[in-house]
Amino acid sequence: MGGTDAKDILGLPKTPLSLTQEKKSRPQKESHRKPDGISREVYALTGGVAPLMPSIDLKRRPPADEKVAWKWLSFTNSARKDDLQLYHWVRVVNDVPPTGDYSFAKYNKSVDILKYTDEEYENHLTDSVWTKEETDQLFEFCQNFDLRFVVIADRFPVSRTVEELKDRYYSVNRALLRARAQSPADVANHPLMKEPYDITRDRERKRALSMVLSQSRHQEKKDAEILAEAKRITEMRLAARRAEEPDVSANENAGLDKADGVVPGRSVSPTSNSQLPATAVAPSTLTMADYASTLASLRMLHVYLRTYGLEQMVQAASSAVGLRTIKRVEQTLQDLGVNLKPKVPTKTVCDEHLELRKEILTLLNLQKQLQYKESEGSSHREGSYAAMPDTPKDRVFAPDPFSFGAERPIKKEQKRKGPGRQADTPSPAHKRPRKLKASDL
Amino acid sequence: MTNSSSSKKQAQDQPETSEPTLKSLKTKMTKSDEKQKKLKDIEISVPIVYGNVAFWLGKKASEYQSHKWAVYVRGATNEDISVVVKKVVFQLHSSFNSPTRVIEEPPFEVSESGWGEFEIAMTLHFHSDVCDKPLSLYHHLKLYPEDESGPLTMKKPVVVESYDEIVFPDPSESFLARVQNHPALTFPRLPSGYNLPAPMQVEDTGKKKRGDTKDHSLGQWFMSFSEADELLQLAAARQQVQAHIAKLRRQISLLEGQNQTVKTGSDL
Repeated sequence: MGGTDAKDILGLPKTPLSLTQEKKSRPQKESHRKPDGISREVYALTGGVAPLMPSIDLKRRPPADEKVAWKWLSFTNSARKDDLQLYHWVRVVNDVPPTGDYSFAKYNKSVDILKYTDEEYENHLTDSVWTKEETDQLFEFCQNFDLRFVVIADRFPVSRTVEELKDRYYSVNRALLRARAQSPADVANHPLMKEPYDITRDRERKRALSMVLSQSRHQEKKDAEILAEAKRITEMRLAARRAEEPDVSANENAGLDKADGVVPGRSVSPTSNSQLPATAVAPSTLTMADYASTLASLRMLHVYLRTYGLEQMVQAASSAVGLRTIKRVEQTLQDLGVNLKPKVPTKTVCDEHLELRKEILTLLNLQKQLQYKESEGSSHREGSYAAMPDTPKDRVFAPDPFSFGAERPIKKEQKRKGPGRQADTPSPAHKRPRKLKASDL
Repeated sequence: MTNSSSSKKQAQDQPETSEPTLKSLKTKMTKSDEKQKKLKDIEISVPIVYGNVAFWLGKKASEYQSHKWAVYVRGATNEDISVVVKKVVFQLHSSFNSPTRVIEEPPFEVSESGWGEFEIAMTLHFHSDVCDKPLSLYHHLKLYPEDESGPLTMKKPVVVESYDEIVFPDPSESFLARVQNHPALTFPRLPSGYNLPAPMQVEDTGKKKRGDTKDHSLGQWFMSFSEADELLQLAAARQQVQAHIAKLRRQISLLEGQNQTVKTGSDL
C-alpha cells in the first residue's frame, strides 16, 4: 500500500503487468435451412451439405402452341415532318401485327427556346449593338441547332464571337423572365437569374486555358520551380514568426507578475556575475515562470529525490518547445560530451545543467533567426536587381555550420576511490599509497 | 576535510537563500506567530548512495549459489543517516526466504547469496518530525561485470552504485534543531537573528550507542562521487555555447544592416 502510494505521488512508471483475459465470444452456429423444391427425404440423404448444383425448375416450360414469324413490314416515324415510309423486319407472334410508333422516335429531343413577340421586343429587348433582325436570326439558329453556339457562330451571317452570341441570348432570356414574372421574387431562383453569364470571365477563362495548353515543357518546369521556391519562403517566414511568439507570451507573464506585485519565486539559477543580454531575458522569464510553478508543485511533496526534481524542471522547460527542438537540445548535449542525466546530481550540478539547457535553446532560436534573415535578404536582393544592377552577389554571408565535432570534446572518466570525500581540486597531487583502487566498471 | 567541504557547500548556497529567508523572516515578524512549525524557502538535502557489491564465490559457486552480494543505502560519505531515516524496507525477489526485509538500524543493508539479477525496491521511512511519507528507490541488482573479456575473480567484486540526494523542502523546527551541524546533511545557513532551541542530550547519548557506519566492512569497495568533474564539464560546455551565441548575434546584426541597405536602395 505504502509503496503504491509513493509511486503515485512520485509519478514513477512502475505499473504491474495487466493480466486481464478477454472472454472469447462463442461463434454462432449456422443453421442449414432446407431449400425449396427438394423433399425432406432427399435433403436428409445429403446429410446437410449444400447441394453442388442448383435445383432446376422443371415446371416452367415455354408454351408450345405459340407461333413466331418474321415479316417485312412498313412503318412511320413521328419524329419526321414528311410522310416518308420505310420498311424493316418485324417479329410477329400469333399473326398479331405490331402497333404503335417507331420505337426510336422518343429520342428526338429538342430544347425549349423562349419566344418573344414584337411588342415584347420593343418594350424590353432593344439593344444598341444588336438589331431586331439579328436577334430573330440568333433565336432561330438556337432553335435549329439546339444551343450549340459553336455551330451557330459558324453559320451566323454577321461576324460575332461565341461569347457575344451567348451574352445576347442569355441577357434576352433574363429580360424576358423578369418582364413576364409577377414580382422579382418569383424568378429569383431561376438558374439564369442566380448564375448569370459573365462574358468577361468566360473570355479570360478561355485565354488562360489556351495558354496552359500551348505552353512548352521547359516553361512548365520553370513554373514548378518558382512555385516550390515560393512555398519554401512562406514556410520559413511562418517558422520565424512561430519562433518569436513565445517572447510575446513571456512578456505577458512579466506583465502579470508586475500586476500581482509578487516575485514569482526563488531564482533557480545561481547568482551569476555577468548580466544576461536583453534578447535573452524574455525566454528566461518564460522558463522562470515554469520553474516557479514546478518548484511550487515539488514543495507540495514533503520529500523528493534530486533527480526527480531535475526531471520535472527539464519537462517544464521542454513543454514550451516542440519535440524536434528537444531532440536537437539533447543531441547538442551529447556532442558537447555532457551527460543527459548528471552522475552526481547535487544542487549546484543540477542548476548548472538547467542553465546549459536554457542557453542551448537560445542558441537554436538564434540559428533560426539567422536563417530567416538570410532568406529575407536574398529575396530582397533578387527583387532589387532592376533598381540596382551593380549590386554584387559576393556580399552574401555564408553561415558557419553548427558542429561541435571539429572541436575537441571534453570527456573525463570519473575517478573512483575508497571511502572519504575527494578533494575539491580536480587533480590531487598526492595519492595515498595505502588505499586500494576500486574496480573500474 | 568533511567540515570544510560542507561549509563550502553552505557558502555556495548562501547567496540564493539569504534574501528569501530574510523576506520570510519579515513575514514572520509581521504575523508575530512564534509557534509556526515549518520554515519556508529552506530545504535540507541528504546526499545518499544506493547500490550493491557482489562477490563471485569461486570454486564454491554452484548453479544456484554463484554470488554473495549486499544491497544497501548509505550516506554519500558513509555518514550515519539514521538521524533522518527510521527504517528501510528492502523488497527482494519472491524466490527468497522472507523477501521483504525491514532494517531498522544502520547500516541499512541486506546480505544474501544467489545467482539471479533482478529489481530491488527500497522504501525509506523517516522519523515522525522529518516526513510522514516514505520514499522509494529502485536498483537493479548487478552480479556479472560489464566487460566479458576478463575471467571471473573472487578478489574484485562487482560494484554498481547511484548517487542521489533526498530533498526536504519546508522542514520542521524540531527536525532542524535535532540535525543541526550533522555531517550527513547539507544544512542551509540560517539568518543571523534566528536561534534554534538547544538539542536534547538524551538523543545524543542514544546515538553514540548505535553501530558506527564509518568503519564499514565493504567500505574499501565503495565508489566516490565528486561533483567537481561534472561541474567542470558543464562549465566548459556553457562556455562553448555562449561563444556560439555571441557569434550568431554578430552575424544577425551584420545581416540586418545589409538588409536595411538593400531596402533603402529599393525604395530609391
